[in-house]
Amino acid sequence: MSLPMLVAAALFVGVLAYALFGGADFGSGFYDLTAGSATRGAELRTLVDHSIGPVWEANHVWLIYVLVMWWTAFPETFASTMSTLIFPMLFALLGIVLRGASFAFRKYSATLGQARLFGAVFASSSIVTPFFLGAVAGAIASGRVPATGRGDLWTSWLTPTSLFGGLIAVGTCAFLAGTFLTADAVRSGHEALSEQLRRRSLAVGLVTGAVVFAALVPLTRDAPTLTEGLAGRAAPLVVLSALAGTATLVLLVRRRPAEARVTAVTAVASVILGWGVAQYPYLLVDEITIADAAGAPATLRALMVAVVLAGIIVVPALVYLFRLTQSESWSRH
Amino acid sequence: MTVPDLALQLLTAEEPAGLLPAREQMALSLGWHIILACFGVAFPTMIFVVHRRGIVRDDPVALDLAKRWSKVSAVLFAIGAVSGTVLSFEMGLLWPGLMGPFGDVLGLPFAFEGLSFFIEAIFLGIYLYGWGRLPPRRHLLMLVPMAIAGVVGTFCVISVNAWMNAPAGFRMVDGEVTDVNPWAAMFNDLVWLQFAHMWVAAFMVVGFLVSGVYAVGMLRGRRDPHHRLGFLVPFVFATVAALAQPVIGHLLGGNLGDRQPAKLAAFELAETTESPSPLRIGGLLIDGEVRWAIDIPVLGSLIAQNSFSAPVPGLDTIPVDERPPVNLTHWAFQVMVGIGTLLFLAVLLFWFVRWRGRDLLENRWFLRFAVAAGPLAVLALEAGWVATEVGRQPWVVYGVLRTADAAGSNSWLWWLLAATVVVYAGMTVGAVVILRSMARRWREGETELPSPYGPESAEEVAR
Repeated sequence: MSLPMLVAAALFVGVLAYALFGGADFGSGFYDLTAGSATRGAELRTLVDHSIGPVWEANHVWLIYVLVMWWTAFPETFASTMSTLIFPMLFALLGIVLRGASFAFRKYSATLGQARLFGAVFASSSIVTPFFLGAVAGAIASGRVPATGRGDLWTSWLTPTSLFGGLIAVGTCAFLAGTFLTADAVRSGHEALSEQLRRRSLAVGLVTGAVVFAALVPLTRDAPTLTEGLAGRAAPLVVLSALAGTATLVLLVRRRPAEARVTAVTAVASVILGWGVAQYPYLLVDEITIADAAGAPATLRALMVAVVLAGIIVVPALVYLFRLTQSESWSRH
Repeated sequence: MTVPDLALQLLTAEEPAGLLPAREQMALSLGWHIILACFGVAFPTMIFVVHRRGIVRDDPVALDLAKRWSKVSAVLFAIGAVSGTVLSFEMGLLWPGLMGPFGDVLGLPFAFEGLSFFIEAIFLGIYLYGWGRLPPRRHLLMLVPMAIAGVVGTFCVISVNAWMNAPAGFRMVDGEVTDVNPWAAMFNDLVWLQFAHMWVAAFMVVGFLVSGVYAVGMLRGRRDPHHRLGFLVPFVFATVAALAQPVIGHLLGGNLGDRQPAKLAAFELAETTESPSPLRIGGLLIDGEVRWAIDIPVLGSLIAQNSFSAPVPGLDTIPVDERPPVNLTHWAFQVMVGIGTLLFLAVLLFWFVRWRGRDLLENRWFLRFAVAAGPLAVLALEAGWVATEVGRQPWVVYGVLRTADAAGSNSWLWWLLAATVVVYAGMTVGAVVILRSMARRWREGETELPSPYGPESAEEVAR
């Protein structure tokens, strides 16, 4: 594998990790938002607080990892993407800011009024952010970002591909979060809550599946290169995703949320991976390939040092954090 | 400098439409983030000291402080993380002309900064939720990676800024960037001293701010061991930092005359080259003439050039289109040095008097000063950063890339700036409200601070 490909793969691992870990965090906002009144939703909101509290900041760093890898390894495409997609990027950024701040504020709110305000901001911005990030992905995947310079500020992302990209991102985040929260609720012994979450996750899964299905028609016209890749090279991943998604629904119906977590992650990961494989070898679809977009070779080699260090230092620490938060003694309270 | 004067100076420049709002946007978000970043860098070490004391000496007061500070750091770290994310977006959104050509030159330290931020976020999560769940000693150790990550992260971010001041690790051939060596860019000539200056500044800011909080309590008559320890631990950190800072600053400024003569001339308000140069305190440059300044003969040469006669090169040696905004740079520099000196003297006085057997914590005027010291340290930090950044103008990469060429052409960025002001103001208010309510509830004896969404409160609501 060539050096630019290696770096692109490492960058894509970041995209994948952010979609899964960050995605599950964002999705929790959906259930938080729709949990009902302060009294009725208290139990669920406490669960959300508890299950994403220790991990959300670490999950959020994947985004920074992706941005930094991108501008260091493929600087011109980063500049052109940022200039072209400045609006969806800004909306996503606004969501990230409001969400992070208000999540922290809510935890230490003194009054119910404050907590409701911050909670509403947290939950709604948790939906805004993945939508616009999905729209950004759609714009890249449908070939609307030029290799250098700036594309159109509006028509580059106000397209069917971006719109469906956004909806699918919101849906998959909520689906992931739903299965994880259901499993969390079971583990911490909240039976009624887990039952409620299970039903809602099922509904979210069905709707998301329908949206993905519906997206196929406009996608063929709006993003031909991507469609070709999805139907060709990435087809096995698309099939895997469909199977894993269905399996998740079945497992949820059968009240086995712990196993459903695995299939849900598989389903979402293979969608994201499918996107990457489908648009290979392009970095910006129809515009520039990974090899042509790469920056200085010395920098790429140095970046691989950073990636290896991340593997040695960050990954074990991350595993420790996740093991702690998924353990019995941290689940109680 | 007066505000209208400052505004005039900023507005009269003839530049692309995107430049001024982009600069203001960057200034606002970076100036805001830099304070929170200080907490990320310095607070874990201070928490470690009190937490360790709590465990080793079985001291409930120290342990209580560690618990409270960790909750405060949770709030500050969260908004620091999001304002840091804003910056990484802004690098591309506001400065495509920098990130496109130079992204692969300056990117490596950012990658390592990302790693250290990762470590900090992971261990913060473990530490915050580890109270009562991890064995005490292991729990304490979770602060160590955070403190180390703070050091590494500071080094990396400052490395990029030092590179902008002393570019290295690439060559320009016919306007193209070639021969990129990211390691040489990262370990440029300025990085170590600039890092030391910023790292120590972080301990000054956090040390004085936190001790100031307990000084307020003592002024209000709360003179218990809790307040004494809460004051003294951060104050010791601030003391060491305040004493070291002038030395580092002087070393950093050492050969500024050779490196960035325009910046030095602006710092010293040197309109013409004088031999020997005076130290110029205060003053404004109006129509090419220095007015209202107090000159101390020879001292300028002595401080800036380590010589009794070597002059500070004047602005008249610098082409007009390569001069920074002089008054702003000069005043920012003087505010930084002035406050730094004041804090240096104040901590010396405190420890000297204490050595002679008197405790200045009994003195209301000293306590009032201790309350002001935090905001003053923040002001010095911001001023120092303005001095180095504005003093480098009109270059974003010194001698290589002009700031005007790095900016995009978005005239509507003013709207973005307005929106940012609103969001940041909201975040500031939110943080202040939450932190104050935390302090109030702690004073009232609520140690655990349950969320109002918690099951207990929910039952109350139901009743």
